[in-house]
Parts: sequence; C-alpha cells; structure tokens
Amino acid sequence: MQVSASQSAFDPAGANAVLIDRLSSVLYIGAALIFAIVMTLAVVAVFRRASGVPTRAWVLGGGVAIPAVVLTALLAYALAVGNALSDEGPDCGTIIHVNGKRWWWEVRYEQPAGAIVSANELHLPVGRTVKLLLASDDVIHSFWVPALSGKVDMIPGRVNHLMLKADKPGVYRAQCAEFCGAQHAFMAMLVVVHEEGEYERWLEREARPAGSSTDTQAQRGAADFTSAGCAACHTVRGTSAAGRLGPDLTHVASRLTLGAGVLDNNRASLAGWISNSQAVKPGNLMPPIKVPVETLHAITAYVAGLE
Amino acid sequence: MSSAGASPAAAAEDSLPNPLPRPQGELEALERVWKTPRGWRIFSAVNNTTIGLFYIGTALLFLVLAGVLALLMRTQLAVPDNDFLGNRAYNQIFTMHGTVMMFLFAVPVVEAVAVFLLPNMLGARDLPFPRLSAYAYWAYAIGGLAFFCTLFFGVAPDGGWFMYPPLTSYTYAPDSGADWWLLGIGFIEISAIAGAIELVVGILRTRAPGMSLAKMPIFAWAMLVVGAMIVFGFPPIILGTLLLEIEREFHWPFFIAEKGGDAVLWQHLFWLFGHPEVYIIFLPAAGMVSMIVPAMARVPLVGYRCIVAALLAVGVLSMGLWAHHMYATGMPHLSTALFSAASMAVTIPTGIQLFSWIATLWRGEVRMASPSWFLLAFLATFVIGGLTGVMLAVVPFDWQAHDTYFVVAHLHYVLIGGMVFPLFAALYYWAPLVGGRPLSERMGKWACALMFTGFHVTFFPMHITGMLGMPRRVYTYSAGLGWDGLNLVSTMGAFVLAAGVLVVLVDIALHLRVAGKVRANVWDSPTLEWLPADDYGFRSIPRVDHRYPLWARPSLADEVDSGQHYLPGTATGGRETIVTSPVEGRPQYVLILTGDSWLPLVAGAGTAAFFLLLTAKLHAPAVLGALVALGAIFRWLWATDRGATHAPVDVGDGLALPVYASGPQAHSWWAMVVLMLVDGTVCASLLFSYFYLWTVTPGAWPPAGHALPAMSSAAAAASLWLASSAALSWANHLLGRQSSKGALALAVCVGLACAVAALCVQWQGHAQNGLDPTVHAYAAAVYATLAYQALHVVVIAIMGAYTLARAFCGLLAADRRVTFDNTRLLWQYTIGQGLAIIAAVHVLPRLAG
Repeated sequence: MQVSASQSAFDPAGANAVLIDRLSSVLYIGAALIFAIVMTLAVVAVFRRASGVPTRAWVLGGGVAIPAVVLTALLAYALAVGNALSDEGPDCGTIIHVNGKRWWWEVRYEQPAGAIVSANELHLPVGRTVKLLLASDDVIHSFWVPALSGKVDMIPGRVNHLMLKADKPGVYRAQCAEFCGAQHAFMAMLVVVHEEGEYERWLEREARPAGSSTDTQAQRGAADFTSAGCAACHTVRGTSAAGRLGPDLTHVASRLTLGAGVLDNNRASLAGWISNSQAVKPGNLMPPIKVPVETLHAITAYVAGLE
Repeated sequence: MSSAGASPAAAAEDSLPNPLPRPQGELEALERVWKTPRGWRIFSAVNNTTIGLFYIGTALLFLVLAGVLALLMRTQLAVPDNDFLGNRAYNQIFTMHGTVMMFLFAVPVVEAVAVFLLPNMLGARDLPFPRLSAYAYWAYAIGGLAFFCTLFFGVAPDGGWFMYPPLTSYTYAPDSGADWWLLGIGFIEISAIAGAIELVVGILRTRAPGMSLAKMPIFAWAMLVVGAMIVFGFPPIILGTLLLEIEREFHWPFFIAEKGGDAVLWQHLFWLFGHPEVYIIFLPAAGMVSMIVPAMARVPLVGYRCIVAALLAVGVLSMGLWAHHMYATGMPHLSTALFSAASMAVTIPTGIQLFSWIATLWRGEVRMASPSWFLLAFLATFVIGGLTGVMLAVVPFDWQAHDTYFVVAHLHYVLIGGMVFPLFAALYYWAPLVGGRPLSERMGKWACALMFTGFHVTFFPMHITGMLGMPRRVYTYSAGLGWDGLNLVSTMGAFVLAAGVLVVLVDIALHLRVAGKVRANVWDSPTLEWLPADDYGFRSIPRVDHRYPLWARPSLADEVDSGQHYLPGTATGGRETIVTSPVEGRPQYVLILTGDSWLPLVAGAGTAAFFLLLTAKLHAPAVLGALVALGAIFRWLWATDRGATHAPVDVGDGLALPVYASGPQAHSWWAMVVLMLVDGTVCASLLFSYFYLWTVTPGAWPPAGHALPAMSSAAAAASLWLASSAALSWANHLLGRQSSKGALALAVCVGLACAVAALCVQWQGHAQNGLDPTVHAYAAAVYATLAYQALHVVVIAIMGAYTLARAFCGLLAADRRVTFDNTRLLWQYTIGQGLAIIAAVHVLPRLAG
C-alpha cells in the first residue's frame, strides 16, 4: 500500500483513543513493576538458602491485600474512563451509518435531504463528535479504527453505536476485527479526517450524481458497464445502474483504495480488479467478468472516471 | 526407604492393619487378577495406568499435530502478502489449531494425567468405573483422529474455534465443515463428562482409609474442582452445539435475527463454557505445581488450606466471567463493569496460590532438576499472562486489544505458561512412576531452555503487533503497517519452541521405559503415588493419617509393599478397591471392579462411528454404529450390579466390609447424581436460551402470530407427569416388598405410558396451534424443550426396559437394586424437568402477559 495510514493504538488521534492510550500506559508500567517484584521474589526464593518466612503475611499480603487494593483503584479508574467513552454527550448532529458486508463497508451519511450512500471509505470532520450507527446484514463484523477509538461489533439484527471524535486531520486505517469468513483479512478501509470546512465540501461533492465523461472510451464503457452485468450489483447514481449487492461506485475513482483497502486506487489496479478480483481477494463475492479486452479497457476507463 | 529407628517402627508394626507373614499365594493371586494383558490384547486393558498412558500419549500426539498447524500458520504470517497458504487453507488451519488444542489436547491431557495419577495418589487400586474411562478414552482417540483427518480432505471447519453464527449457520457455511465441528466436538464433550464423573466419584469415594478431605493431596482437590467445573461448564456448549446443529440441519432459527433469533445467544452459551474451560485447563496445572513445589523444595506446601479455598473460589468465580469476551458487542456499560470486577477478582485466588508457592520455595532448599526449571518457566510466563489478563479485564483497554494479536499473546501466555510448562514439569517429575527411571536431566534442561526462549520470542512481540493494529485470524496482511518485522521474529521463535518440544519427545522415546513393578521415589516425594507399585497399584492400601504420609512415616513404603496395610490381596478373587466415606475417608465397602474387556473399545468405536457417519450424512451406517455402541454398553452393564456375592470380607484391622452397597452409599448412586447435575445444567442452559430469546424479543411473548395452547392441556400434561412419578414410586414400593415381577412390570409400564402420554399432550397442543419451529425462534425454542424432554422419555424407556429385563432374569431384588435406583433417579429427574418446562412455556408467559 502506498497510502500511509496508521492503524496503531500507540498513535492516538482521537478523543477515545487518547483516553485509552493513557490508561494503557498506566497498565503497562504497573504490570512491569509487579512482574519485576514477583519474579525477584521467586528467583531469590529458588536460589537462596532455605530460611523461614512469615507465611501468613506472604500469602494474605501478597495474594489478597495488595491485589485487592491495587485492583480496586484500577477498577475505579477504568470505570471512569469507560463512562467517559460511553457518554453520548449532547445530541450530535452528524450521524453516519456503517454497515458491515462480506467483505466491505457500506457507509451512509445521514443528511436532511436524504442519506448519501458511499462505500469503503469513511470521511469525518475534525474536532466534531460524530455518531456512528453500526450494523450488519450478513455475519458479525467489528468496526475498528485503532488510532481513533476502540472497536464495536456489527451484529445482524442490532444497531450498535460509537461516538467518535477525531483530533487531527489525516488518514487512518480501519480493519474488521471480528472473524467474518474467507476475506476477513482484507476487510479494511481508510478513514479520512478533513480539516474544518473541508468535510462539508467533500459531502457536497459526494452527494452529486456521477458526471458524464467526454472521453469516448469511457462513454463506451458506460454502456458496457450495464451490458457486462456490473450494474446488477453496483449503483452509479445518475445512471441506470442501481444494484445494491456491491459497493456504490458513484465516486469510486476519488477513493484512495480499491477492494476495501486491498489495493491502491490507480488505473492499473482497477483494471486488474475488474478483470479478476478473485486473483486479488480470493473468495470475494464479485465474479470474474469474461469480456473482450477492449470492453474491459472501456469499463476501466469509465469507472476510473467516476470521480 | 530407611526405617526411622527401631522402637517407633516396632510400635507402629503392632498396630498395622495386617500382620506378617502374609499367606502363601496371596501376592500371586493379586498379580494374576490385575495382570495387564500383553501383545495386541493390551487394547482391551481398562486399568487406569494403561489407559492413562494411552490417554496421555494420544493427547500429546494432538499437541504435536496442532503444533504443526501452528508452525504452518506462523510460516504463512512470516512475511506480508504471503501466498504459502491460501485463505481457505489458513482459515481451516487456524480453526483446527484452536479446536484441537482446546478440545483434543488441553482438556483430555489433564483428565489423562488425572486418570494415570489419581488412583495411586489416593491409594486406590483403580478408578471406580475402569471401563467408563476406557470407553471415554477410545471414543476420544478414534473420534478425535477422524475429526483431525477432515483437514486432509479439505472439509475441516473454517469458522474459528468459537464458531460464531451466523457465519457458521446454513446460509453462510453450507458445507459440512461446521457439522464436523459441532458433532465431532459434541461427542468429545461426552467423553470429557464421562471422565469428569469418573474423577469426581473416584476422588470422593475411593480414597485410602484415613485420608480425610483435609489430608487429600492438592492435585486431587484441583481435579475435584475441575470435575465440578466440567459438570457445570460443559453443558452450555453441549446445548449450544445441539441448537446450532439443529438450526443448520432443520432450519430452526435460534441464532437468526430476521426470524427472532439472536447471534449473541450463541456467544453467551459458548463463553459460559469457554471461560470455565480456561480454568478447567489451568487448575489441574496449578494442582500439579502444588505437588511438585513442595517435593522439589523439600518442605511442606505453605498455605494448604488457603490454596484449597483459592481453588474453590476460582471454580465459582470462573462461572461468572464469561461476558468479558463480549465487551465489544454493545453490552450496557454497567454490565461490562460487573464482569470486569469479577474478572479482576480472579487475581486474588491466583495470587494466593502464587505467593504460597513462592513462600514454599523460600522456606525450602530447592533441588534444581528439570521439573524445577520448568516451574520457573511457568512462573515467569504465567505471571505475565495474568497481568495481561488484568489489562484485558479493563473494559476500555479491551475495546482496543480485543480480537487483536495482543489477545493471541495473552492467551498463549496463560495456556502455554499456565498449563504446558507445568505439564512438562509434571512429565519430568512423574516420569519415574512409569518405568522407575527419570528422564534425561540434560535433555530436560535443554528442552526447557529452548521452549522458554522460543515461547517468549514468539509471543512477546505479539503484544506489540496487536496494539499496532493487527487483528487476529487474518490469513495475511499488507506490508507497511509496521507488523512485518515483529511477525518474522514471532515465526522464528515458534520454530525454537517446537524444537524444545521435539527434545522432550526424543527424551521420552529414548528414556521412558514401561515396567510393571516400579519402586522409584527418586525425588524423595511425600505423597502416596511414590509408593512401590505394580499393575495392581499397591500391594496393600495404606492407612493414611498425614498430608505427607511418606515423609511422616518413612517405613510406609515397606509396610505397604509387604502387605501390612488394608486389603493386601484379593478378597473375592476379582479386582477390588475400598470405598470410603466422602469427607472422613472411613472404609465403607469393598468395590468389586470390572476387569479388562474389549467392550469399551467397541462401544467407543461405535459412538465415534455414530457421530462421524451422521456428519457424513450416512444415516443407516450411523444407526448401526449407535446400535453397536449401545449393545456393547448394555453387555458390560449386564455383568455389573452383582449384589452381595460374598459375605463381608476382612480387609485388616478387624474390619469386615460388605462387597455391595446400594442407595446413597453406593458409588454408582453418586455417579448418577453427578450425571443428573450435568443433565440439569443442560436443561438450565436450554431454559436460559428460551428466556434470553424472550428478553430480546420486542413486544409480547409468545410473539405476534403465535399462541399458547389452552392451559387445560398444560394441566393435563402436568398431571400425567405426576402420575408417571407416582407409578414409579409404586414400583419402588413393590420392589422393596419383594412383590411379583408382574406387578413391578405393570407399575413401570404404567409410569412409562403416562410419560409418553404427557409428552404427546404437550406436543399436540402446540402442533394444533400450527406452531412451526422453522418460522420463529420462539417456536424453535418451545420445540427444543419438548425435544429434549422426548429424549429423556426415550432414555427412561430404555432404562425401564433394561431394569425389567433384569428383574425377569432374577437379577433384581430388594437387596440388589442399584440398577433400579439409578433408573429411578433419572426418571424422577425427568419428571421434574417436564414440570419445569411446563412452567417456563405455559405458566410464566401467562403470568407475565
């Protein structure tokens, strides 16, 4: 992958992830200290000469009293952090639905004029709390952007939610965290956090239907897109293609990756994906299409123009 | 063994249970009765030492097989975008690795070690039901190997060892892989439960005279708690596998959201089992550590009572932690907080054990042999695993770490650190019991060093890989996410770890000899299993008056081996052991044990064949397998319950013990009660599922479009159940009064007829309402309760017929009635279950509505 996007919980860039990262540091240091003390005792015990010890103090002190005190404090701290993370806060205006699919993500931006449907890339405004509504139509998935927050499962028949606030503009990587079958490994996507104001402009662009191209090959490709069967599964708003099984492709060319985070998005990888995505992501639900090379080039030109 | 001076020894001899010299031929008769068959007939052996060794060997084979799978996975993950294994193969392999390690290695190996060690540790000649352990072993070995072989045909399950639906249900996993898992694991659970019953009854009822609970070795305590945990922990998964298989096969929608089911129900059932499972694996290992630490430190264990309390506390707490695997499912924060607190609380009993061990080591002069090195490896590794466990119990941290390589690291620290290192310590510590010789010290130390190094090089980096964002269960990953180097290091470590295991296997192959008579207390250990032993166990059953009998009484080995303690020969000409009271260990009767036989092997093979052929959808041969299994089981049962074939026998000390007992004193009554606890817990899990579906269903219950049958039909069914119970009580009364067989048969048949009628009335009521189990989870749950009750009616019908057959053959009488008592126990349980189901299905919805 060329696009550099962090998937690390060690580089928190969101409010939730920062809180958890701080808590984690306490845990790492505490664990290291306790380990050092216990192992020193154990090794000394083994290699020194026999001698008496106040056994009751050891067993009840080391086994009961100290853990009870340490863990009670830890539990209180953890509860406080957990409450902060679960807090829904004031009713936030921005609601985004993310639906887990085998093995991609449908993303719908709730807008007064109706939802904007997109896929495999999540766009967020910086510094604003967004409510994600997480669901699944098939099997269980789990939504996870380590740099921004902990994970939440996407379970058929339920809608879970996650309050997300990104602190820094940038691109972060999300990946499905619940095993969901053949291509669980390549169910990822990028999360693009926009500068203040830029998010609205992006939304406005994303809401538009697909533009028409002046390129003749792409114009041919638009027709082939339907005749080759692509439209059965994919929607391109503003055209007759309205399939719902696969990702919405209205603005696919403006996305950074293809195939839910498998490939960088460029003309070559797009051609490879369209001709036989099974070679790239075996077992995914898009069948290889068998068309003449010219048709393939035409479709590629068309899709590459869907910006 | 040196004697501790002339006068105490002489004084002691006076009061020993049996005098010297022993009669001519006494030892020879004992040897003859207990002789282990030679050649291929060894497979008909049922003695715990033989079966125990088979069992341990087979479990280690599965460790190696699943370990090879792990190496394949590590090879695939060594570099990014690798195509060594495709996603199909990888997903099958990671599923099988987890499943085989948990179900075919970890649980069986601890039961296996217990089968091998416990009778000698407790001073018994064998476990109370030797053929049951043999049966459990064969079902496990044959079924487990066949299950493993699905990999070679590419039909292995690929939905993960946790098998979460809907991914594993009929829509998304139409192939047979999930069926192999559900049925294959289903009957391995049966094998585990058979083992648990054996161990619980063996520990509570066959201890040496005088070994009160307070003098019982810690390993026995651990296995007692583990037995209880299996009894209460396995039923939820047994029920879960049944429900999921029914959903797959008959489309009853328990876990399908659009039909009123809920995928999360499976997660509850799975983790209600899955978390106790972790402690089912760890507690025996902790028990082993508590045996090895004092022996290697040469001082008594510090805090015996605290450790027993800790084991019990872990057993109880472990049942209340399951949901800490489900923090990310969107549970209310308050619920997660409760499970978080309970998970942290486990630290305390574990801390008690840890500090008791360290304090014991501190007080003693530790002998640095292979077992001690493995113990140190255990301590270091397990402490880290425990600390990362506390981290994962912290809810917000878990939201990041859950389902990442951090958890992969944690669980291997706990399982390899907490269980495999102690197991290898145990192998090196107890190996002399097998053939009188220890394994190689040099190879043991090398193995420990390689395993310890390899382990930490493999798994420590995974903590970091996980926090860098690498999820579990991915068959490959893209370069450039910062995971490449760490994964390569992990892969290299895995091969070093494997080399360590290989050294142990070579050591075993080179140095382990199986000998009949063994007299090798090489570590100067304090507990009974180190007494001189042969096929028959000990020459005489020791009288125990101390927690460390071999330290307290250095002459014990010679006394026992010369036949001066209890039952120094065979009193009835068969295999025997002494049954004692559960708390004080007072001798109660002589249990005549079943001997070697091919029947357990045949029954085990039949059981395995039934489940495997059923999975392969070969229904006729499957039924044949079931018939073979049932035939073999009834054949062996027929020869049991022999009544008081001998007058009370003198076992020593002037004690004349009867050779038969019935009622609550009988060991088989205890086994039946334990079985009923298992059964009751399965039923409780079923009712839990029913109520769970109720709570997740919005609106009324039954849901719209479904109706309850008239209360009169429920009342009629309840009356019929009670009539069935009354008829059985009448039969009990008739048996006690030695009435005619005809009257007994009439009472039993009337009871059965009432039970069948009750079931039909209930079924009919729902069927008339047009209740269709494939339409909604409500209907599926209702029919599931009825199907479970129907299964019980079939079982009591078979048991009733068997009991009557024995009556008509003259094998049942007022004083020979264990068969009847056991039938009666299960029968009355069935009635209770029937009434509970009526209350849940008919009464509560009316009260709530």
